[in-house]
Order: sequence, then C-alpha cells, then structure tokens
Amino acid sequence: MPRLVSHPDEVKIVSRRFGLGAKEIDRYIELGGYQSAKKCLDQGSDWIINEIKASNLRGRGGAGFPTGMKWSFVPKQSAKPKYVLVNGDESEPGTCKDHLIFLHDPHSVIEGTIIAGLAIGAKLGFIYLRGEYRYLLEIVERAVADAYARGFLGKNIFGSETEFNIITQTGAGAYEVGEESALMESLEGKRGIPRIKPPFPAVVGLYGGPTVINNAETIATVPHVIAMGAAEYAAVGTPRNGGTRLFCLSGHVERPGVYELPMGYNLKRIVYDVGGGVRDGRQLKAVVPGGSSTPVLLPNEIENLGMDFDQVGKAGSMLGSGGVVVIDDQTCMVEFALRTMSFYQHESCGWCIPCREGTDWLKKSLTRFHAGFGAAKDIDNIQYLAENMLGRTFCPLGDAAAMPTIAFVKKFRNEFEDHLHGKPCPYSRQGAPQLTVV
Amino acid sequence: MSSENPKVPSSTVFSPQLAARLDALVEQYPVKRSALIPMLLYAQDEVGCLSAPVVSEVARRIGISEMDVRNVASYYSMLRFKPAGKYKIQVCTNICCMLRGGYDIYERFREELGVDPKGVTADGLFSLEEVECIGACSWAPAIQVNYDFHDELTPESIPGILDSYREKAKADGGSNA
Repeated sequence: MPRLVSHPDEVKIVSRRFGLGAKEIDRYIELGGYQSAKKCLDQGSDWIINEIKASNLRGRGGAGFPTGMKWSFVPKQSAKPKYVLVNGDESEPGTCKDHLIFLHDPHSVIEGTIIAGLAIGAKLGFIYLRGEYRYLLEIVERAVADAYARGFLGKNIFGSETEFNIITQTGAGAYEVGEESALMESLEGKRGIPRIKPPFPAVVGLYGGPTVINNAETIATVPHVIAMGAAEYAAVGTPRNGGTRLFCLSGHVERPGVYELPMGYNLKRIVYDVGGGVRDGRQLKAVVPGGSSTPVLLPNEIENLGMDFDQVGKAGSMLGSGGVVVIDDQTCMVEFALRTMSFYQHESCGWCIPCREGTDWLKKSLTRFHAGFGAAKDIDNIQYLAENMLGRTFCPLGDAAAMPTIAFVKKFRNEFEDHLHGKPCPYSRQGAPQLTVV
Repeated sequence: MSSENPKVPSSTVFSPQLAARLDALVEQYPVKRSALIPMLLYAQDEVGCLSAPVVSEVARRIGISEMDVRNVASYYSMLRFKPAGKYKIQVCTNICCMLRGGYDIYERFREELGVDPKGVTADGLFSLEEVECIGACSWAPAIQVNYDFHDELTPESIPGILDSYREKAKADGGSNA
C-alpha cells in the first residue's frame, strides 16, 4: 500500500482528504464534498471558466497549459455532443500522484469532471485509468455508482434540469495513450496512435465532438479552486502558476513520497528539507525535475530554482508531471540514459519515423556505449540523433525521448568518455541491467 | 464479419457473469467499439489470454473483424495471445525502481523461480516479466502480481511474497490454475 508522508512545508489542498476515508461518499460530503459542483450549477458556464482562468491553474499532466483557457476554446454551440475526458493514464516514469488521488479521493475527480462538464456544456465525461490501476478503477467505479445513487450524476444532477453522466474506462498498457489524441483513439477502441493537430481536441475530439481533456490532478484540483475562490488559490503559488503541486519524490532520497507544495517551492529544499537529503550520506549528482522526459539538472542548477512551469522552463528543463527523481554520486549516468531510452523505445507507437527509428538507434548506441564498445564519435552521434527528433513527430513522445538524452550527453559528457575504449563501467554495481551488445 | 442474426447462440467462451458484464459494457458508450479494449482485458482476466475463441467472440460482440481485434490488441502491452502463469509477476525496472534496486528484485525472482524472462514455472503458477513504470515511483522498488501492488521491496522479501501466492493458490483448491 502506498505510504502517505507529510512535511510541515506542505500546503494540503488536493491532498487534504488523503488518509481520511474520503473514498466513502458520506465522508467526502462531510469533508465539504460536492458543494463546489452545486455552486457551479447555480453560477453557470461563464462564471466557472472565468474563475478557473483567474485561479492560474495550469495543466498538471506536464505541458502546463492554462486550464481555464483550454475550457474557453470549446465552442458554445456544437452540432456534435461535447465531452469531458479525464486522463488518468499516469505512466510518465517518476509520476505516481494520480495513483494517490484515485486511491484516497476519487470523488474529487468525479466532482471536478462534473464542473468541467458544466463549464463546456457537456453531458458525458470519461475517466480513463491506465490498465495497471485495476484496484483504483474499482474504487473509482464504486465512487461513480455512489454518486449516481445520490443523484449527483444522471438525468437531473442535484435535482436540477441538467444532465451529466460519467463512464469509467480502463487502458491496457501503453504510455503513448497518455498523449491526449492517442487517448481518444484508445477510447474509440483503436490502437493508441496520435492524431495530427490541428484540429485540436477542443474543436474536434472524441467521436469528432468538442472535447476537453485534462489530467486527473488538474480535474481533482478544480473543486478546491471553486471552494477556496480563485484569488485565494492563485495567491498560494507564483505569478501565472496558481496553487500547489503534488511532487512525487523518488530515487536516492531519504524520505521519498508524494508531497503537496506551493508552486515555486525551491527544488533544493525539496531534495534536502522535504526529502531529507540524499540517502546513506552520499552526495547529489543530479535531479530529474518533472518525470523522465524532462532534462536533468545539476546540483548547482537547483540552488535557486523555484518549481513552477516558468522558472523550470527558464532553467532549460520542464516542470513536467511532478516526478522529482534524485540521483546520487554512485549512479552511472550512461546507464540512467540507457534505461530512460529503453523505455521510450519500448513505448514509441511507431507511427512516425523520427521517433520509431530515433529511439531504436539511440537505445542501440547507448547499449553499445554502456557495454564499453562505444567510439568517441558516438557521443556526438547520440546528440545529433536526438536533436533531429525534436519537433519532428506528431506527438511529444519523440521530444520526450530526445530532450533528456541531449541533456545527459551535454551535462555528463565526461561519464560518456569514461566508457570509451572498452573500459568497464566505473559505476558498475551488483544487479546492473543485463545488457546484450548489439 | 458477424451476421445480423439477432439470436446468436449464447457464448460458451465466457462464464455467464462475464458474458452479462460484457453485454452491459457495449451498451454504455455512444459508440459500441469503445468497449473493445476493456472487453479484451476483462476476457483475458478470465480466460488467461486472448485465445482464438476469445478473439472471435469479442469480434462478434463488437461487430468488427477478427483481424481488426488482433490489430488493436497487439498494440497494448497488457494484452497477450499466449497464456502466462496464474500469478503474473511484473517487476518494474524503470528509472525510479532501478535507482532503488529494481534489478536486484528482478534477479532474485529469476533465482527463486528459475525461469527466463517472460517464462512460466513448470507448475504454471508463476510467470515473470520485466515491465515499464507502474506508477509506484515514490514507493520503489515495486512490483505487481496480477493487479496487486507490492512496494518498498527488498530481495529478502521476495520468498515471502511467493509463499503467500502459493498459499493463495492452495486455498483456491487448484481451480483456474
């Protein structure tokens, strides 16, 4: 069972009901649940969208797009039905926050979905969970059934004339399906390959209808924004980065766990104060700030780094999905780069060539390198290959594979050079991956 | 393609419970085909894999060709056309688990079970597989046995986990093995 952690610096908004039994609907209501949805029902679409815009809530899936703006792109009038789609296909290595939301507070996702539906004028929402999260799907399914039984979902929600329904859906193992258009393909019963954009989902989405698709954490945050008021929520964070963020702290840290901290919280303090520093008294080598696809940062780069979308972007990386991976000084960065690339190579859907071929060649190059058969020119080749994938694919998976690789080569070139001329990996340790030379 | 005959003989591929569940599943979406992926997964959970009769039955229920079903199923890593063990051990070795000893966990399972990657034990009880991130990064190293998570593991904890599933299998009386 995932262990809950806490730290005095936390500002618990999304996680405030964690560990309080809120998956039971009565408990959720006792803790203030479903009040926000009722309020939104009274206030109407324009008010909701303005409130979410004013809160500076930005998408928690990784891209950080302003949520209120995304909702405002959905046309008011539409010949085709509109849909709300909740992306719970959490698969970015380093990320396990939606796991806790579904486990401890499934009704917040349901309530947020209702509010999104009211905002855009949709009658149907889908909550899509990755296939591996079966026990969480069962929790969400029961929560949805409970919400129907209370009349919070269905033909006349909260006794009004408004209809809203929710369908839960399971995936079956595919990182790529976390990409919004691939998720829609999957939900339509197809292979999860991305669609070309434009048109964007807000105009042509699921079943060809206008669709709002948000990350589960974003949706779970919405009822809290309404309850607190947009101004108060925005004030918790930094300019243009409202509220808090669930940071999933993992790797070589004393106290790993999911911590809710204000946007803009210092990354060095996340590692040393919140996480208790590098474990076993070792030194810090690097930090991946926002899931495996975000470029790695060096210890000197995290000194004064505030964790919001803009500051991390300025530092040459991304806030991403909130997965903070701490790496100690006894880790081989070539091996780390290789394991990262093996993942993207496995998950590339194969739809576009730069990603399909690029990830494969990069994995082969890195495998050869790590095994000690690399040539000096391979270091530049790895970088060259990765740079040529950037921006040349239908969906961001190609970028997600290329961006961290470029950073690994640039920031740890010396470690790549240490592997040249058949030298054994200087950081090799027991249990290192069994790699076949290609 | 499936016939338009409304009275197709009831399926013997699935249990009555599963058949009823799948009947309800296809009805809930605006488009029937949206039921395809959950249907395949739920069918696999019961039957063990997407055998030819399963593919055929799912194709009939959705109203698409068997080749179409196979084309979609082959995309998703959890769906398989060959049987695995009763208990499928999926060890995450992605970065966060790797940093905290995921490969040691994987190696210990290999030793204990004496199987190769994706192999099944002789008694059919366990199969072992290295998998990508399962969303338990802050509680690494983690594994899944079927749909159950086990986290914050050490190699020493592995024999106990295996024993607990051996006992579970005994308690099931060997049914569905």
